[in-house]
Amino acid sequence: MNGLVFDVSHLLAGGLVLVSFLMLYQDRLSALINVFAVHALVLALSVAWQAYSQNAPHLYITAGIALVFKAIVIPVALHRMIHRLGIHREIEPAVGTGLTMLAGIGLVALSMAVMLQVTPQADPLAREDLAFALSVLLLGLLMMVTRRNAVSQVVGFMSLENGLVLAATGARGMPLVVEISVTFSILIAFIVIGIFLFRIRERFDTVDVGALDEFRGDRR
Amino acid sequence: MIPTAFNAVLAVLMVPIGAAALMALLPGYRLTARVNVAASALTLLAALSLFITERPEPGVYFFIDDLNIVFIVLNAFVGFTTSVFSASYIAHELETRRLNDVNIRFYHAMYQVMMFGMNLAFVSNNIGLMWVAVELATLTTVLMVGIYRTHEALEAAWKYFILGSVGIAFALFGTILVYMVAQPLIGEGQDAMVWTILVQRAAEFDPALLNVAFVFLLLGYGTKVGLAPLHAWLPDAHAEGPTPISAVLSGLLLNVALYAVLRFKILLAASPQAIAPGPLMMTMGLVSLVFAAFMLYRRRDIKRLFAYSSIEHMGIIVFAFGLGGPLANFAGLLHMVMHSLTKSAIFYAVGHIAQIKGTQKISEIRGLTATHPGLGWALVIGVVAIIGVPPFGIFMSEFLVVSSTFARQPLLAIPLVFGLLVAFGALLLRVTGMAFGEPTGSTAPAQASYVPMFAHLVLVLGAGIYLPPPLVAWFQHVATLLG
Repeated sequence: MNGLVFDVSHLLAGGLVLVSFLMLYQDRLSALINVFAVHALVLALSVAWQAYSQNAPHLYITAGIALVFKAIVIPVALHRMIHRLGIHREIEPAVGTGLTMLAGIGLVALSMAVMLQVTPQADPLAREDLAFALSVLLLGLLMMVTRRNAVSQVVGFMSLENGLVLAATGARGMPLVVEISVTFSILIAFIVIGIFLFRIRERFDTVDVGALDEFRGDRR
Repeated sequence: MIPTAFNAVLAVLMVPIGAAALMALLPGYRLTARVNVAASALTLLAALSLFITERPEPGVYFFIDDLNIVFIVLNAFVGFTTSVFSASYIAHELETRRLNDVNIRFYHAMYQVMMFGMNLAFVSNNIGLMWVAVELATLTTVLMVGIYRTHEALEAAWKYFILGSVGIAFALFGTILVYMVAQPLIGEGQDAMVWTILVQRAAEFDPALLNVAFVFLLLGYGTKVGLAPLHAWLPDAHAEGPTPISAVLSGLLLNVALYAVLRFKILLAASPQAIAPGPLMMTMGLVSLVFAAFMLYRRRDIKRLFAYSSIEHMGIIVFAFGLGGPLANFAGLLHMVMHSLTKSAIFYAVGHIAQIKGTQKISEIRGLTATHPGLGWALVIGVVAIIGVPPFGIFMSEFLVVSSTFARQPLLAIPLVFGLLVAFGALLLRVTGMAFGEPTGSTAPAQASYVPMFAHLVLVLGAGIYLPPPLVAWFQHVATLLG
C-alpha cells in the first residue's frame, strides 16, 4: 500500500465525518439538504477512490448511485417538496445545538476508542475507515434523535446510511455491496414519496413528528 | 423423478413470490383471497416435504439444517392458518369500507412477499442475504401496518419505520464487521459471508472485533425481536395494522429476527475467546419480560395489550436461549413454537371481536362469553394458555425455563418468576372483564373463521399433555446445536 492511497482515502473518510458535523447544526431545512448533498458527494468520491485503489470496478456503480441519486436527485426532490409544503424555513431541534455538538464529539471519540482498540491486526486503511464509518453512523443516529421534523429525520437516516456504505466499501472485496446500496436507494425513494403522499392526502397538518404524538392509543 | 430437497427449498421461495406476482394482477378480493390461501397451503406442503426429502449440500446462498426446518415449518403453518383467517377478516373490512379493492390486492401481494422474505431469511446460508431478507420482510409489514391510511396508522408505520431503520443500520454494520473478521482468514469474496464456513473457522477469528460485531447484531436484530428498550415500535404496529398482520408480526416476524440472533450466537459460541453471548441475551430478555409485564396493567387497547404480552414472551425466549445448555435451549425452542401458535390464535379471536364491537378499547368490550360464546371462549382459552396455566404447552415450556434457571442461576429465577406472575395477574384481570359481566356493544352474530384459532389452541393443549417422542428428539438435537 502506498502513502498516497492511504492519505486520500483517509482525507475523504474524515471529510465525511466533518460534513456530518456540519449537518448537526444546520437550523434551516433547505441548508440542511444542501449540506446533505455535499455529504453524498464526499461519499461518492470516497467510494470511487476505493474502487480505484482496490481495483474493484463494481464499486464505481455504488459511487455512481451516490453521486446521481443521493447528491442530485434526492436533494432536488426534497427542495421541491419542502417548498411545496411551505416548511423550507423551519427546523426545530429538540435539543440545543451546543449540546448536540458536544454529544457528537463524544460519539466520535467513542467510535474511535472502540474500533481502533479492537482492530489492531486489521489493515490500517480498513480499520480507520471503519472507525470513521461508525462515527458517521452514530452522528446520523444522533440527528434522527434530536430532530423532530420528518424531513430532517429522513436526512439523518440517509447520512447514517452513507456511513454504512463507507464501511461496506472499506471492507475489501465484500460481496453484495452494490446490491445493498441499490436496495437502500429504493428504500429511500419509498420514504420520500411516502412523506409526500401523506401530506398530499392531508392527513397530517404538519410534517413535524412531534405533532403526531398527540395520538396515544392508550389514553384515548 | 425423486424430489430432492433443493426443489423443496426452491418451492418454499418460489411459491410465495409467484403468488405475489399473480395476485398483483388478479381482480376481485374473493379470487385473490382464495389464491392467497392456496399459495400458503402449497408453501406449507413444500415446507413439510423438507422433512422427507434429501438435504442438499450447504451452498453459497442456501442451506437446510435441523434448526431452520423447525422455523420454516412453523412459519408456513401459521402463515397458512393466518391466510384462512385473513380471508374472512378482509371480507368484513370490505363490507365496512375500511379498505377498497386496490388496497386489498396490494395487501395480498404484500402478504406473500412477506412470506417470501421470511422463508428466504430462514434458508439463507449467507449473512448478507439473510440481512436483505429480514429487511424485506420488515418493510412489507411497514407498508401493511400503514394500510388504513388513518392518522394513527401512518404514525404507527412511521415509528416502526424509523426504529426499524436503526435496527437495519446496526444489523448491517454488525454484518460488515463479521465479514471484516473473517476476510483475513477465509479470503475476499462470497466465502467470508457463508455461515457454514464461518462457523467452521470461528475458533481462529479475532475475538475482540467479533465481540463488537455481536453487540451490533444483537442491538440491530434485537430491535426487531422487540426487546426493551428498543421495543417502542411494536405496540403501535400491532394496534394500528390489520389484525392478520398483528398475528404474523407476533407469531412469525419476531421469530425471524430471533433466528438471526441465534445464528450469530452459535457463531460466537464456536469462538472460545470471544465473550459469552449468554449474559447479554439474558439481561435483555429479563428487562423486556419485567418491563412488559408491568406495562400490561395500564393498557386500554386490546391489541396493544397482547402486543406487550408478545414483548414479555420474546423476553422469556431470549432469556432461555441466553441461559443456554440443552434444557434451557429446548425450553426456549418449545416456548417459541407455543407462543407463536397461542398468540396468533388470540389475535384471530381479537380481530373478529374488534370487528363486531367496532372498537379496540378494552373498557367497551364486556360479556363476550354471553353474546359470542365461540369468540369469547376462544379468547379466554387463549389467554389462559398464554399466561401459562396447565395443561397447556406454554405451562410446560415456562416450567422448564424456570426450573433450569433455578438449577443454574438461582438468583435470576427471582425476577423471572416475578415477571411471569405480574403478567399472569394483568392478563387475567383484563380478560375476565372482557369475557364476563354485563354484555355491551353490538351483539350481531359473528361471521368468524373458527377453524384456525381452535386448531392452534388444540395443538397447544395437545403439546401440553403429550409431546410425540420424535418431536422431543428433534428439539433435543436442535438444542445441542444451539450450544
